[in-house]
Amino acid sequence: MHSFGYRANALLTFAVTILAFICAIASFSDKFSNQTPSAQIQILNINWFQKQPHGNDEVSLTLNVTADLQSLFTWNTKQVFAFVAAEYETSKNALNQVSLWDAIIPEKEHAKFWIQISNKYRFIDQGHNLRGKDFNLTLHWHVMPKTGKMFADKIVMSGYQLPNAYR
Amino acid sequence: MGFIGETVDSIKAIKIRQLLTQAITLGMIVTSALIIWKALICVTGSESPVVVVLSESMEPGFQRGDILFLRMTKEPIRAGEIVVFSVDGREIPIVHRAIKVHERGDTKEVDVLTKGDNNDIDDIGLYAEGQLWLHRHHIMGRAVGFLPYVGWVTIIMTEKPIIKYILIGALGLLVITSKD
Repeated sequence: MHSFGYRANALLTFAVTILAFICAIASFSDKFSNQTPSAQIQILNINWFQKQPHGNDEVSLTLNVTADLQSLFTWNTKQVFAFVAAEYETSKNALNQVSLWDAIIPEKEHAKFWIQISNKYRFIDQGHNLRGKDFNLTLHWHVMPKTGKMFADKIVMSGYQLPNAYR
Repeated sequence: MGFIGETVDSIKAIKIRQLLTQAITLGMIVTSALIIWKALICVTGSESPVVVVLSESMEPGFQRGDILFLRMTKEPIRAGEIVVFSVDGREIPIVHRAIKVHERGDTKEVDVLTKGDNNDIDDIGLYAEGQLWLHRHHIMGRAVGFLPYVGWVTIIMTEKPIIKYILIGALGLLVITSKD
């Protein structure tokens, strides 16, 4: 009952249980953080807008993204993955979400930024429905913790529209 | 030397009833682990509720050796979610992020394109020949939580099977030679 083996086993089990418990509490503490992120996206320019040889529309944009995601960081945050997606509806598809740009924010200091970029990923439709299309630009963020539950949310900015003709 | 003498003595002293009891106890332990695993599959709705991260394609968020908790619900797949999918012909599931989602209005079927955070290009090269999109049936679950470093045990046991055999051998020896 008091051999080295039993003692080592009891100690190890206890240590692992406590560690799991601490990880769970660390994750739970994320629920209490007050989060007030803000963002603004401006379309500076439609670089070009064409119908590809296989029939799908493609558009290239330059965007100005301003965001303050500092309040999302807690002591249990490893990084925040932020991305901008264009979201719109067509007659065939109830929802299209196309990611235009993303970034990994490793620290709170980098979470307040202003950046001007052209779309990192190609904005291609399934079909040729984009002329004159109204769409939303949504800034999504996914918080990856040091341990535990990940959470995500977004800010939807509406009111953007693509031109009526190819250019 | 005393330990070896003790071990030999205790092996000689084994009686049938005692051996059966120990075999049943071992069987109970293995069965309980299996029950817990199957219950997890039911609760999370995913065929593999826990996966180990094997590649560096999602760094710095997920490192090799982390474990991910998965869940599969009826909710539609949306951009930004970290999904685990398997491709026909490849046995190892891949954990990447959905960057494009096109959902049909009528059937609610969905086309998904994924990409690893740390990769420069999207996953089209990883899909089967001629496949441009992932569909719901390829996706085994969404990552909802994670624990760092815990998966190294699995990686070591897979990549150096000797360690697995040594561990099982040692456990077996412990069971046989324990006095109760």
